[in-house]
Amino acid sequence: MSTGFSANMTFIRRAFQPRSRQALAPQQHQNTWRDYALIFLPYVWMIIFFLLPFLIIFKISLSVTEIAIPPYSPLVTFEEGAMQIILHLENYTNIFTDPDGTYIRSYLKSLQVAAFSTLFCLIIGYPIAWALASSKPAMRNVLFMLVIMPSWTSFVVRIYAWMTLMKRDGLINDILMVLGIIDEPIQMLQTDFAVYVGIVYCYLPYMVLPLFSALMKVDYSLIEAAYDLGCRPVKTFFSTLVPQTKSGIVAGSMLVFIPALGEYVIPELLGGKSSILIGRILWQEFFNNRDWPLASAVAITMLVILVIPIMIFYKMERREQEKLNAGK
Amino acid sequence: MRVNKPTIARVVIIVLALTFLYLPIGTLIAYSFNESKMVTVWTDFSLKWYYALFNNDAIIEAVGISLLIAAMTSCASVVIGTLAAFVLVRVRYFRGESAFVLFMTAPMVLPEVITGLALLLLFVTLGNVIPFFADRGIIAIWIAHVTFCSAYTTVVIRSRFRELDISIEEAAMDLGAGPIKVFFAIILPAIMPAEVAALLLSFTMSMDDLVITSFIAGPDSTTLPMLIFSSVRRGLSPEINALATIIVLIVSVFTFFAWLSMTKKQKRKAADRAKAASAKLKEEKALIEHHF
Repeated sequence: MSTGFSANMTFIRRAFQPRSRQALAPQQHQNTWRDYALIFLPYVWMIIFFLLPFLIIFKISLSVTEIAIPPYSPLVTFEEGAMQIILHLENYTNIFTDPDGTYIRSYLKSLQVAAFSTLFCLIIGYPIAWALASSKPAMRNVLFMLVIMPSWTSFVVRIYAWMTLMKRDGLINDILMVLGIIDEPIQMLQTDFAVYVGIVYCYLPYMVLPLFSALMKVDYSLIEAAYDLGCRPVKTFFSTLVPQTKSGIVAGSMLVFIPALGEYVIPELLGGKSSILIGRILWQEFFNNRDWPLASAVAITMLVILVIPIMIFYKMERREQEKLNAGK
Repeated sequence: MRVNKPTIARVVIIVLALTFLYLPIGTLIAYSFNESKMVTVWTDFSLKWYYALFNNDAIIEAVGISLLIAAMTSCASVVIGTLAAFVLVRVRYFRGESAFVLFMTAPMVLPEVITGLALLLLFVTLGNVIPFFADRGIIAIWIAHVTFCSAYTTVVIRSRFRELDISIEEAAMDLGAGPIKVFFAIILPAIMPAEVAALLLSFTMSMDDLVITSFIAGPDSTTLPMLIFSSVRRGLSPEINALATIIVLIVSVFTFFAWLSMTKKQKRKAADRAKAASAKLKEEKALIEHHF
């Protein structure tokens, strides 16, 4: 009965799907109870531990903080037999009308830091990915492992390593002084510069990997053709290489931009007073001020900002997967 | 990708990239053998920070908790990842499939502060109904880790699933093997490398997670990254250098084996291709000889 219904649904869905997906849909497969048994555990797990929490965040963002356990007001109350639902919008209005503009400023600052970090990762990561992809296979494996390995070691330890390097009496200042480039040690820690270095260092592999796999599939005859026709290197790069590696560029950028927007550890350890990013605000509201509803509202607002990039990433993932499934 | 001769540009890029990636780790290791308490002033070679590290009960306890959670997490997320990968590759279209793909993609990119807060509020809410969730111990951290690790294990296992030849499974089914037997006798051995890779990946991610764990962990369960973070926040400490050196050592051993298996696999593929080519050549030769 349920199988019949789902087959029907598949038919209806196929009718409404764009042509390309229709062509890819398997023709004879009919879902059996066994398919649903297999999907049950992952699906239910994700609904309870991934979807449900977001509904709860949203619910709590509509209450106000109270000195109680848990420290927020209930949305639904019963008084004299009447059920009251009170939705507080204060948290959201506070975010947008805060007299100091702390929240708005930190959102803008986070957007700026995430955007520039993504750009730096792209500028640094593209040549690395190219160098990897164009090496001989044996060498490529070694280099590939060397590029990924740092990301398998502890994240906090890597940030800590940069703290040692960028201290006033750290290695970078020492080298610059010995070389005579500077006379006085420069203040690097607790600046935005340090935050950028930290984010680029930690997220670089997430940019290099998708670029690398896109570059491995590039059709080089096009580049040769462009050269033969008298195209200059810069123009050749933008007219042949960039369009062919677009999927890698977008995937890498999203993998850096989205998590960087909410980054907490890096600005906390490397940044100073000027690097108040939204991740730090959320952390402070939650742990220091114990204002759970406000922290939830900050998180929901961040999610709203992230919906577009997440959807781009998700759509691209799907397109890639369908292409791969069809190729089989 | 066309393979070029090594050009100066490529060598320069690689040298610069590796310097950027390994300079911080290298200095960390060097200073772990420093006698002085000052992390940045070199005095004399010494192993005293390693000695101090192994006598620090708080660190040893945190390592134990982290290892336990990571072991539990990697097992569970490989099971969930295998199921999800199977369904995504073999069943492909089912009701709520796009929501499922979204659930499996989003945890990979979502900022950790959001995921951490969301899961904590879930446990608090569930704790009102089921007291088990209220103390937020190792099980709660495990659930949180499995949730974000499953997304990664699914990706790793799915890419291997797609390479499988379905006709072998069909042949086994035709010969009377049940689906469970097919899974354990045919599918599982074939996807084993991906299972191992997914296991290691989720293990390291669970060992390394700081933000989500900090939100969830109750006062009694401090994991290793949480301990490192709080000691780094208080100032630089050479004990952390010693700990970092040990972590890097363990990771490099695993990386070496990963590289070894990757190279072996590629060699095998190349050998297969060469064998196929020579067989074809022989066949053609025989055909030609037959004709004349």
